[in-house]
Amino acid sequence: MQPTDIRDPNYFHKVVDCQWACPAHTPVPEYIRLIAQERYTEAYMINWESNVFPGILGRTCDRPCEPACRRVRTEEKPVAICRLKRVAADHKGDITPYLPKVPKKKNGKRIALLGAGPASLAVARDLLPLGYTIDMFDRDPGGGGMMRSQIPAFRLPKDVLEEEVDLIVNMGVNARYNYEISSMKEMLDMDYDAYFVGTGAPRGRDLDLPGRKEVSKHISIGIDWLSSVAFGHTTSISGKVIVMGGGNTAMDCCRTSNRLGAECVTVVVRSAFDVMKASDWEKEDAMAEGIPILNNRPPKEFVHENGKLKGVVFGRVKPIEADGRLKYVPTGEPDVFIEANHILMAIGQENHCPWIERDLGIEFDKWDCPVIDEDSLQSTHEKIFFGGDSAFGPENIIWASAHAHKAAISIHLFCQGKDPKHDRPPEAVNLISQKMGIHEWSYDAEHDPSQRHIVPHADLKRSLDNIKVEVELGFDEDLGFKEAQRCLNCDVQTVFTEKLCIECDACVDICPMDCITFTPNAPEAELRTALTAPAETLDQDLYVSETLPTNRVMVKDEDLCLHCGLCAERCPTNAWDMQKSIIHIPQLSSYAE
Amino acid sequence: MTFVPKPKARHPLLKTNEIGLTRRDYEAIVSTLCAGCGHDSVSAAVIQACHELSIPPHQFAKVSGIGCSSKTPSYFLGNAHGFNSVHGRMPSIATGAYLANKELKYIGISGDGDSASIGLGQFAHIIRRKVDMCYIVDNNGTYGLTKGQFSATNDRGSTSKRGVPNLYAPIDLVSLAIQLGASFVARSFSGDKQQLIPLIKAAVLHKGFAFIDVISPCVMFNNHEGSTKSYTHVRNHTEPVIDASLIMPRDEITVEYEEGTTISVPMHDGSELQLRKLSDSYEPNDRVSALTYVQQAQEEGEIATGLLFLEEDAVNCHDILGTSDTPFNGLEQESLCPGVEKLEQINDSLR
Ligand SMILES: Cc1cc2nc3c(=O)[nH]c(=O)nc-3n(C[C@H](O)[C@H](O)[C@H](O)COP(=O)(O)OP(=O)(O)OC[C@H]3O[C@@H](n4cnc5c(N)ncnc54)[C@H](O)[C@@H]3O)c2cc1C
Ligand SMILES: Cc1ncc(C[n+]2csc(CCOP(=O)(O)OP(=O)(O)O)c2C)c(N)n1
Ligand code: SF4
Ligand code: SF4
Ligand code: SF4
Ligand SMILES: [Mg+2]
Repeated sequence: MQPTDIRDPNYFHKVVDCQWACPAHTPVPEYIRLIAQERYTEAYMINWESNVFPGILGRTCDRPCEPACRRVRTEEKPVAICRLKRVAADHKGDITPYLPKVPKKKNGKRIALLGAGPASLAVARDLLPLGYTIDMFDRDPGGGGMMRSQIPAFRLPKDVLEEEVDLIVNMGVNARYNYEISSMKEMLDMDYDAYFVGTGAPRGRDLDLPGRKEVSKHISIGIDWLSSVAFGHTTSISGKVIVMGGGNTAMDCCRTSNRLGAECVTVVVRSAFDVMKASDWEKEDAMAEGIPILNNRPPKEFVHENGKLKGVVFGRVKPIEADGRLKYVPTGEPDVFIEANHILMAIGQENHCPWIERDLGIEFDKWDCPVIDEDSLQSTHEKIFFGGDSAFGPENIIWASAHAHKAAISIHLFCQGKDPKHDRPPEAVNLISQKMGIHEWSYDAEHDPSQRHIVPHADLKRSLDNIKVEVELGFDEDLGFKEAQRCLNCDVQTVFTEKLCIECDACVDICPMDCITFTPNAPEAELRTALTAPAETLDQDLYVSETLPTNRVMVKDEDLCLHCGLCAERCPTNAWDMQKSIIHIPQLSSYAE
Repeated sequence: MTFVPKPKARHPLLKTNEIGLTRRDYEAIVSTLCAGCGHDSVSAAVIQACHELSIPPHQFAKVSGIGCSSKTPSYFLGNAHGFNSVHGRMPSIATGAYLANKELKYIGISGDGDSASIGLGQFAHIIRRKVDMCYIVDNNGTYGLTKGQFSATNDRGSTSKRGVPNLYAPIDLVSLAIQLGASFVARSFSGDKQQLIPLIKAAVLHKGFAFIDVISPCVMFNNHEGSTKSYTHVRNHTEPVIDASLIMPRDEITVEYEEGTTISVPMHDGSELQLRKLSDSYEPNDRVSALTYVQQAQEEGEIATGLLFLEEDAVNCHDILGTSDTPFNGLEQESLCPGVEKLEQINDSLR
């Protein structure tokens, strides 16, 4: 193998599994260390910089970081990264001194943000400190998009939402609420310097089955129903409710129904339990509230008597694996009929923009999605950028933030006459030694073997009685500290300097995870089997040195390293050092000063 | 010295041996020796060897004298028996323990100071007495623990850290061991585990006194230019003469060597020791020629390594004395202390 180029910012970035997996590349271990030091405000600001909505995300994030967490591989359960974010938000002090200054004098450029969801808000936050004039349009009566209209209050209390939305709006956004955008052409006629389309994926899918038309007044589209609950138009639901679908919307629909007076609620899913789109914790929470989830039941027909819904007939299938993919085949058992008075349809959303005229130079592909450059998020119309759910279909809040940072840079480059794709600032990495003394590191290197701590919940009856009662109580400071200690500090890197190594083997002998091997060089596939312990996680890199005096190379398998620093501690020559990698992900804030 | 304990977490694919233990089960507390000390590599080799032998840790007894090397039994086989004796006196303790219980596997760890200076007399006599054990000297040419005085194995002309040359000729423990009748004599290097681990395995299984001289650099006081026991010097001057590998009964033989170059020695537990000659003229079963070879190499400034002398089916201490096969701790009070009458009888028989 070629020696590893550790100056490539991606190399050590990948080692920080959580940060690499986070769409906004939040420096997770850095904020977790601050939480352990009770420096909540700073921990919050690190999050705010990267993901814009720490309080909201600390409760609702899809947390792609957690399955990626190294602890899943070294032990079992990931660090509760998401809930630690909430700890920072819950316990922070006054953040105003840390906020970016928005200049009184504008820079003369006007930007229109279409939609006031997290994507648009995050673009506004990035652009305002550079003096842009920001006009934001939304049909809803307030900002926040689906964070306001969809995510129920028992998961995301209104005050938490409003605090973080208002913070941005009050930086100087001209918000035009209750504004239905019905024509892109009209918007273009307002002659803004650039447009950001952040209108989300607001159309819920429907299912055309026999009986659908006849029972339409007993069927609601999940997201429409949730928003009418959020805005107070719907306050109750009665009788037996079937929620159709297996995603997070289905979970929110069933738990909301449970709180609004449904006699009984059943979730029926076409596919198998394990492959449901809903996150594991959403499923667990729904089931903990006593809601049954029936799997492998594709719906066949809505049964009614003169337009009065009686129930739904479902077929029975079983999943079989063919060519690595799941296929569903009928089991041959008789169909099942499930009684229902109301159906909530939660089977997906589309990023559908009927109000964008198709003759404005904005190209759409064969799935009716806008054609967008992935690096710049620029559409085929140079002034128009997309982000959030409107760009590539429904995702989540953290992706909306990540897109927003990208789009904000693009808009800034575009407004300066630069190329949003090719003039983007590069990523970079800084390495800072953490050595403080012979056996002293400036991070808590010692490995903490404790199990993941569980977030306490509110009393079940109390939360089912009132939709506004937040189910999760969050970690208190003590539990937060304990959970923070589980972090392995994956951003404190093992850095190897060949010319110092005397090949004494001390590091090999001490490493608890058998990460390090000195061996003759070979192609990667061969090396992976020639190490002290086999390196079977192929997406985890091998760190390979230059050839050493004995004609061998040092190979470190990054996969299971605990970042415990023992190799560096036992190395007599400092050939190993523990160095903190700071990954610079370009953001507009770095232009603001 | 390291203050952080070694985490218990381990690689999930770590091999288990025949009795279901991983290498980690053969470890002990974290070493307090200087980082990079060769002795730590020897400990790691002992750990690996004992794990591969699939012998439970509690069936070992570790004995040592005084010195950095003699401290190391604390850092391996945490669940074994052990006795850290006084300077140069490990052989007495080992002999006593062995007489009391021949069922344990004895691993002695000593230093060049411990065995070649203060303990030279004891070293000679434990060999003479043929105690069945694996006796390892971590040979760094210096008194590491007392901060770097020349030891008796330090080569003439080899310099101290400050550049002062040693004025005396060295004692070669390998030559002594061959001459005094040891039945298994080897030399290796702490930086070459591939060679060292099979030697330790074979030495543990060997019935009789097995001696391994392991050159083990002292990073603190004897790893400089001018030293003949530094990592660099040893790497550049070793001459492996016999390559030993131990084939356990369950192992598949994967490499076939050219006829005539390998000698295969059956071990008492059913495994097989394969000796591969790397030098044509070498005769590992002939005491005189082995001794000559080793000393010739030394004259030329080379360090002959490998399994240098082997005599299987050697008699041991218990055979010679006709002492009890049952460990003392397994004997009834009656046979341990047969009473006044019996004593009288014995006394009478000697009158
Ligand atoms: C039930 C449900 C629960 C969810 N739970 C989570 C969760 O727990 N965690 C998570 O990360 N994500 C969750 N999501 C997804 C998340 O809400 C979205 O991915 C995210 O809000 C997308 O942000 P956005 O800014 O792209 O668009 P949106 O948040 O959808 O905002 C778009 C805005 O544009 C406005 N708009 C659209 N068209 C027009 C128009 N023509 N005129 C005027 N205004 C218009 C809308 O009113 C809306 O305010 C959930 C989604 C649903 C449906
Ligand atoms: C009876 C006695 N004399 C002297 C000492 C001091 N002393 C301690 S260790 C040592 C030499 C150790 O050298 P070596 O056996 O080579 O061990 P190393 O530290 O080099 O591994 C000496 C002289 C002692 N502890 N006891
Ligand atoms: S930090 Fe060093 S000793 Fe610790 S697990 Fe990683 S490679 Fe091994
Ligand atoms: S401990 Fe240091 S000097 Fe020794 S082998 Fe490892 S990196 Fe090299
Ligand atoms: S003084 Fe020398 S022998 Fe003793 S621990 Fe340090 S390096 Fe090893
Ligand atoms: Mg010594």
